[in-house]
Amino acid sequence: MSLRNIIVTMKVTPKPEEIRFDPVTKTIDRSKATNEINPADRNALEMALQLKERYGGRVIVVSMGPPFWEPFIRLAVAMGADDAVLVSDRALAGSDTLPTSLTLARAIQKIGDYDIVLTGEESSDGGTGQVPPGIAEWLGIPHVTYVTSIEVVGPGRARVKRTIKGGYEILEVDMPFLASVELGCNTPRFPDFRRKRWAEREFKLKTWSIADLGLSPEEVGFKGSATTVDTLIELKPPERLRRRITGTPDEIAEELARIIRELLR
Amino acid sequence: MKDIWVFVEQDSGVVEEASLEVLSKARELADTRGFKVTGVLLGKDVRGVAARLGRYGAHKVIVVEHPLLESYIGELYAKIVGDLIEERSPDYFLASATRNGRDLAGRLAVRFRTGLQAHVIHIDIADDGSLVGHVPGFGGNIVAVVRNVKGRPQMATVALGVFRPREAWGEAEVEVVEARVDPGKLRVRRVEVVKGGYVDLSKSRRVVVAGMGTGGDLTLVRELAKLIQADVAVSRPLSDMGIAPKDIYVGSTGVSLNADLAIVVGVSGAPHFVAGIRNVKTVISINKDPEAPIAEYSDYFAVGDLFEILPKLIEKLRTTGG
Ligand SMILES: Cc1cc2nc3c(=O)[nH]c(=O)nc-3n(C[C@H](O)[C@H](O)[C@H](O)COP(=O)(O)OP(=O)(O)OC[C@H]3O[C@@H](n4cnc5c(N)ncnc54)[C@H](O)[C@@H]3O)c2cc1C
Ligand SMILES: Nc1ncnc2c1ncn2[C@@H]1O[C@H](COP(=O)(O)O)[C@@H](O)[C@H]1O
Repeated sequence: MSLRNIIVTMKVTPKPEEIRFDPVTKTIDRSKATNEINPADRNALEMALQLKERYGGRVIVVSMGPPFWEPFIRLAVAMGADDAVLVSDRALAGSDTLPTSLTLARAIQKIGDYDIVLTGEESSDGGTGQVPPGIAEWLGIPHVTYVTSIEVVGPGRARVKRTIKGGYEILEVDMPFLASVELGCNTPRFPDFRRKRWAEREFKLKTWSIADLGLSPEEVGFKGSATTVDTLIELKPPERLRRRITGTPDEIAEELARIIRELLR
Repeated sequence: MKDIWVFVEQDSGVVEEASLEVLSKARELADTRGFKVTGVLLGKDVRGVAARLGRYGAHKVIVVEHPLLESYIGELYAKIVGDLIEERSPDYFLASATRNGRDLAGRLAVRFRTGLQAHVIHIDIADDGSLVGHVPGFGGNIVAVVRNVKGRPQMATVALGVFRPREAWGEAEVEVVEARVDPGKLRVRRVEVVKGGYVDLSKSRRVVVAGMGTGGDLTLVRELAKLIQADVAVSRPLSDMGIAPKDIYVGSTGVSLNADLAIVVGVSGAPHFVAGIRNVKTVISINKDPEAPIAEYSDYFAVGDLFEILPKLIEKLRTTGG
């Protein structure tokens, strides 16, 4: 028994600690932030590659974003993905989770022939976790969120481990299904050096527009979204004393002990 | 009269406290606008707990009972709740932003092609009836004021621990609805559940938090915690590595502390982490990197090696009787 396509959704996110907020224009300045593959999506990709190694199949990465994401998608190919699609279109700007999940679902349908769709648990910028169950609903397939491992147990059936409050549960799911993969549940591999050169220079990345997916501009972007952002507010760190304690370990311990005793009184 | 529905999460008959937070908040909103609050409760034998939900703000509770509903299963719950929404067209639908709440809401929002706000920390209904919420992003440093512009019901998940459950109202009217579950059609089936002891650190008064700087060795942290009668928490990577349970990591995707004192050792202070110590009264941190971002989020920031400082600190606290 060999798996059919294993599709991984992947986005590129700025490192949250490098984001700056401009209080005057009330906009987010991402220009100084380093971009990276969304951390949980690296875990999803690693899980996909391990599934392929065990059960066969082709790993295909799908991403919806601007053209500058391309190098990161090639990185995913260097890690071992067999193919990749970037859905890029000006009309997609401003999409909330409704058109985002729609667009990804359409792309997944166009690729077709899939047994498993893997996403990250949430993205580190928007961080809604809403896109994965949304994609499953558009596709009409079952979904399981916060998954840490997947095992194929029979034709068209898998067992997945899902984190729950206080522990975990094992669920049996019919294929095709979607699983959102928990951040940190595995250690993503490094790109292979030779493959990296190939992925950067020769690999032909597919880029699709919304027209390629049969979508109209009204269905996506700001127009297709069901929510709108009125404004952005910066949440300043709470007021803290910010007192620095330095010295030898003994001096520091002495000072900390004094402070703690005071606080516990 | 407009109707705000609240998904009331339960497991084996035990109601999730976060759902009560949402119920009470929904009732406050409803009272200012003359709306009604309806709790939606799915479970095995749950009609007994349904009436009690009135005290937390529900005017009415719709109960759906079936043995297969004892614990949450995304596909099944979404089908049943979705069919109820389709039949009765509530104006608003709220759930708490637990794993299950997000899982359910994400699926329902697409079914009804409607707006869904994620883990809001503030929520209101504008004069034109649109739902307005504050949605934290980038680990919590930046908040978007979001408005639903399309679709019914207008939906949001509500961040945990932001609103307080209030026992301020009366009994709820309970309506039991027959469950339409065809076990043969289920595409997701539960095989096994493994649960350890769940601890709710959001209620702890004192907490010692261990980060990656401990290298995963929590011996000193546990010793210090025991000495000052504190609970032990961690940063997320330690939970991810399996060194600590997943219910005890602090941060935007974990628990938000409300302690009087948190001693944070070997934690760098990433945005996703510091979101969880906002409401701590006093933060003491130890980090060997003088530039660590946690400094800005601390009242006392000790610069040094935790493996040198903690043994001495423990010794000093012990000899003076803590
Ligand atoms: C979507 C998303 C959600 C996330 N949610 C969370 C969350 O809820 N909670 C969370 O914690 N993280 C979360 N993270 C991860 C977060 O971004 C950071 O990676 C994580 O908080 C880092 O943990 P840390 O500070 O323990 O480790 P590190 O960043 O590795 O920091 C270790 C620190 O220990 C110090 N140190 C090392 N050795 C010593 C020593 N001997 N003595 C003293 N100090 C020492 C170092 O100087 C360093 O500052 C999330 C990430 C993403 C992408
Ligand atoms: N624009 C996108 N392109 C590809 N995948 C995405 C996109 N947005 C969200 N996802 C996937 O959905 C997951 C959850 O995202 P979110 O719901 O935004 O927190 C991410 O980890 C990705 O796997």
